[in-house]
Amino acid sequence: MTDATAPRAVAAAAPPATRARGPWRDVWDQFRTHKGALIAGLFLVAITLFAALGPWLWQIDPNALNVRNKDVRPIYTALWDAGAKVSWSHPLGTDQLGRDLLANLIQGGRISLAVGWAAMALSVVLGTLIGVLAGYFKRLDGPLMRFTDLMLALPLLPLLLVMMLLFRDSLRAAFGPETGIFILIVVVIAVTSWMHMARIVRGDVLALKEREFVLAARSIGTPPRRIITRHILPNVLSPIMVSATLGLASAIITESALSFLGLGFPSDFPTWGKLLFDAVDRMADFPERVIWPGLCISLTVLAVNYIGDGLRDALDPRIRGR
Amino acid sequence: MLTFVFRRLLLSIPTLLVIGLVVFLLLDLAPGDPLANQPLSIPPEVREQMRAALGLDKPVYVQFFLWLYQFFVVEPLVLIDRTFGTAFAADQVRILSWQFRSPVMDVIWQRMPQTLWVVGMAYLVGVLIAIPIGIISAVRQYSIFDQIGTLISMIGFSVPTFFTGVLLIVIFSVNLGWLPSIYDTQLVVNDWASFWQQVRQMIMPVAVLALFNASQISRYMRASMLDNLTQDYVRTARAKGVRENAVVMRHVLRNSLIPVVTVIALGVPTIFGGAIITEQVFKVNGIGQLLISAIQNNDIPMVQTLTFIFAVLIVLFNLIADVLYGLLDPRIRYD
Amino acid sequence: MKLRTTLMGAAGVLAMATAAMAERGSDGNVNILYWQAVSIMNPYLSGGTKDIEAASLVIEPLARFDAGGVLVPFLAEDIPTVQNGGVSEDLTTITWKLKPGLVWSDGTAVTSADVVFTWQYCTAEGGGCAQGAKFTGVTNVEAVDELTVRVTFDGPTPYPYGPFVGGQSPVIQAAQFADCLGPRAPECTQANTYPIGTGPFTVTNFVPDDVVTLAANPNYRDPAKPAFATVTFKGGGDALAAGRAVLETGEFDYAWNLQLAPDVIEGMAAAGKGTVVAAFGTNVERIEMNLTNPSPDLPEGERATVKHPHPILTDARVREALSIAINRDIIDEVGYGPAGQPTCNLVPAPALYASDNTACLTQDLDRANALLDEAGWVRGADGIREKDGMRLSLLYQTSTNAVRQDVQALVKADWEAIGVETELRNVSAGVFFGGDPASPDTFQRFYADVQMYTNNFEGNDPQAYLAAYACDKIPSPESGWQGENINRICDPVYEAMIAELAAAREPEVRGEIAKRMNDWLTKDNNIIVPLIYRGRVSAHANTLGGVQLNSFDSELWNIADWYRID
Repeated sequence: MTDATAPRAVAAAAPPATRARGPWRDVWDQFRTHKGALIAGLFLVAITLFAALGPWLWQIDPNALNVRNKDVRPIYTALWDAGAKVSWSHPLGTDQLGRDLLANLIQGGRISLAVGWAAMALSVVLGTLIGVLAGYFKRLDGPLMRFTDLMLALPLLPLLLVMMLLFRDSLRAAFGPETGIFILIVVVIAVTSWMHMARIVRGDVLALKEREFVLAARSIGTPPRRIITRHILPNVLSPIMVSATLGLASAIITESALSFLGLGFPSDFPTWGKLLFDAVDRMADFPERVIWPGLCISLTVLAVNYIGDGLRDALDPRIRGR
Repeated sequence: MLTFVFRRLLLSIPTLLVIGLVVFLLLDLAPGDPLANQPLSIPPEVREQMRAALGLDKPVYVQFFLWLYQFFVVEPLVLIDRTFGTAFAADQVRILSWQFRSPVMDVIWQRMPQTLWVVGMAYLVGVLIAIPIGIISAVRQYSIFDQIGTLISMIGFSVPTFFTGVLLIVIFSVNLGWLPSIYDTQLVVNDWASFWQQVRQMIMPVAVLALFNASQISRYMRASMLDNLTQDYVRTARAKGVRENAVVMRHVLRNSLIPVVTVIALGVPTIFGGAIITEQVFKVNGIGQLLISAIQNNDIPMVQTLTFIFAVLIVLFNLIADVLYGLLDPRIRYD
Repeated sequence: MKLRTTLMGAAGVLAMATAAMAERGSDGNVNILYWQAVSIMNPYLSGGTKDIEAASLVIEPLARFDAGGVLVPFLAEDIPTVQNGGVSEDLTTITWKLKPGLVWSDGTAVTSADVVFTWQYCTAEGGGCAQGAKFTGVTNVEAVDELTVRVTFDGPTPYPYGPFVGGQSPVIQAAQFADCLGPRAPECTQANTYPIGTGPFTVTNFVPDDVVTLAANPNYRDPAKPAFATVTFKGGGDALAAGRAVLETGEFDYAWNLQLAPDVIEGMAAAGKGTVVAAFGTNVERIEMNLTNPSPDLPEGERATVKHPHPILTDARVREALSIAINRDIIDEVGYGPAGQPTCNLVPAPALYASDNTACLTQDLDRANALLDEAGWVRGADGIREKDGMRLSLLYQTSTNAVRQDVQALVKADWEAIGVETELRNVSAGVFFGGDPASPDTFQRFYADVQMYTNNFEGNDPQAYLAAYACDKIPSPESGWQGENINRICDPVYEAMIAELAAAREPEVRGEIAKRMNDWLTKDNNIIVPLIYRGRVSAHANTLGGVQLNSFDSELWNIADWYRID
């Protein structure tokens, strides 16, 4: 697994290297050949920059109300409807209180992406850890899986309410209202979404640890930690990638469900999920208000999925160089 | 294998009791009040009496043991009474919902048909679509079929059902007027006309849920197939001259099913759990709607009972998944 | 068919001309959609509006309020008053006479014993009757004869129309509920879901929290009514979907309580399938000011109690500035439309009690700024006012609801314009309005500086409603955070007015005192800042006739008169 079989085609394309080629270089070279992944990566960088740098480029306050200027349509509406209420100062239009949609998308992107990535990362770590431990160590299997059953069975809403009740005020005091609620939401989403991943990883590990190469490694006295990191983890990477991709999407959506239930960010913090949710009532008259946040979420998830595909191919030495 | 199953079944009894207790404590700790939906014009002293009538003034452990007794003794007796016409439970108090003041089990039973029809059907359709799509996408990786499949499943998963459901209603009920937007739970199917009506009212909720389920399962199927397609044993089989069809269906598929079995086994109990948002959008009023309204109204007996049944199913299906692992890959052993 | 022919005979030749129009059961089925589903058909076990209104199809009180808030007799022959001798001179008893010849849907006679039993049922120990407040002060209910009932109060009661009046306290059949007294009340599932009543319909199938089907009551007192043979009473979904089913797809005939933004309702009504109707009762959406300090720095047990007055809001000038800085017209336009009108009154109706206070209706930022300057709050570097190193910053909470969050955003913008910083919070309605003493987020605990919600009073007398702001009704840790004096008002001037109102007998005098109390709470002190006088909004199909939306009683109070327009 560790001796990288340097593919000829890629080696030729790579610039002459003076240092020894590390395995990560091969991974990158393989990744580059995956067009979808490359485009997706660029898109992801672009949308992250859009959210991160947007407030400096587009300086309208997302919460600024202007009721006299409400329900402005996006600028492109003028192409087919000359009478539409459009304005260059609001290129994507405004909502029912006159808040600028573009500014809200930027601000919403900051929160949604941050929550999505953080919650997804945390739940991947938790799920993988518990899944691998339960699958590999027989003694831990029972307790960990029964704990997983418990977590699966707990009704989500009361659990969230209790967590909010217990931790909201102390986190608010320690980190301020925004960061406090951010930490809480990330933890809440992660803690309630790692179970699928753990069960899937465990199932795969149960099969993997009886495979010849693991038995071989064990028979030469490789310590469990090494077996797990060298032999098990790379082989459960693809279900982890899928879970992570799906997890990102559900974290962004779950966040919107939380604010709908009064458990999320205060109402003056727009997020993609919340923009989408709030716009459903007026979907027929103002389709742009559902299309733009919906596109942002879908394209982000799609991009992550392609990157996941690309990474999976790149990390698989059997595919690499084909 | 048999001893393993037996041991796990025995072990699941304490597990379930612990889950029941944890859920009960959680519900007790959660903020909220069964009287939250009562109008503000009801004065505090009357509210206090209403709480006492619900048994809320008793200590938590009394409430928990009462529930345990009712769930494990009274309800089975009622079932026996119903089946054999006996009267063991005649003067026993059943688990009563705080919202409806009627027996929890009867309400759950009333909700089963529409839940199974809509949510169960959607799951079945989802699985039946997802597995072939996953297989074809993996075998023809990066073909047009694969790309379109990826696109649809990513959109299907990342666009929430509260949006797709309302979108379908706006198109097919409001603009085209083809399908009803409200599910009639009392519809009796006894002829072609009513069967057609049942089909029409099921199309939209089933489609929304099936898309979501299929998206998820097909991704796991595809990823797992891809992993196995590059394994040595596949190359060996091909080298032996086994036909490609047989390679895929007999060797690869079987070995790829482990994560898929996990996902499906995790999904089957959720059929019973219902689909909260979809049920709400289409007014299906199944178990999902029952659970969410019980949670919102802090109807602890109802939430506790539903959650406990749900936990039983989770434990059961996880056991089934473990058994299936062993059948799919005989190297996995549990003893 | 059999029923119809016998009825035709009964209606006789007299009604021949109108028989085709007004024949019982001639108009088929009517579909009603409540987005909160019905849980139970007994208002004594659930105070939820949906349950009370569903039950109002089956069981009836002695008298109801009509759409204008005026009492009309239902089971009673007329409304007892001091003038007609029905109410005793000393105001301690009220004597009701039942209409002669009334029968329950099972054919047995309605007697005064049923009325007496209803009182016993609701006051039985351990029953947890939701309408207990209707019977407070009642010492005895006795049957004078078959058709006469006398209610005795423990003292002079200027407003004796509590018991057996309105959808909340209908008369139930003694025979059916005889074994359901006290703790046994919830166990009578059959009686609680299939009550025997005197109303126009009887329950034929009850599925809790989903759908109730009803059929015309064959023994209803008006042989020509109801026009509909059956009712399908479906529940579930949300207000948007309910509106859509009536206004856009036409699947249902009546949708209840469309709490939606006006532009959304307008968009749906444009489809032309139905009509949106609104009626105004006594609901007022208001912002309430906390007179005690909710700061988390205070030890638990002292937070938000009278021990610590609020550092900012105890100054009347600040409260007035906050009130007049709000642009109520825009809130109305964006959030309520035809379902609301801007108001400055806590008691907006009936006319006898409604003050002419309109001081707050025009937004006056200059005056608000001047008031804050006068109070010593000066603008700091970032535009937020400060005083003695403290920022003028408020935590503003409400329940989770799309319209309320829009209003929060609007108020926040108005307050920022006068240099007040506002932090918004919304709490799930189940927690906010639930009285769980362990939860820090209930409206009674009021761990915020200001909060917004709607309250109202039942019927047409605001005495109990205004009396809530008494010192002994302040929620506190000692009272388990129960109590209706949410703002923690404790003022001898107001206490005196409460006593004065309780003693007053003449309607004009009562009206005058109530107006003074209303003005004291709102205009003079701005402890309660009313925003919008809210109406009920419902929608009915254009083919449904006879709907008279009622905000003082059940919306379905006159369903017997509904008919189908072809």
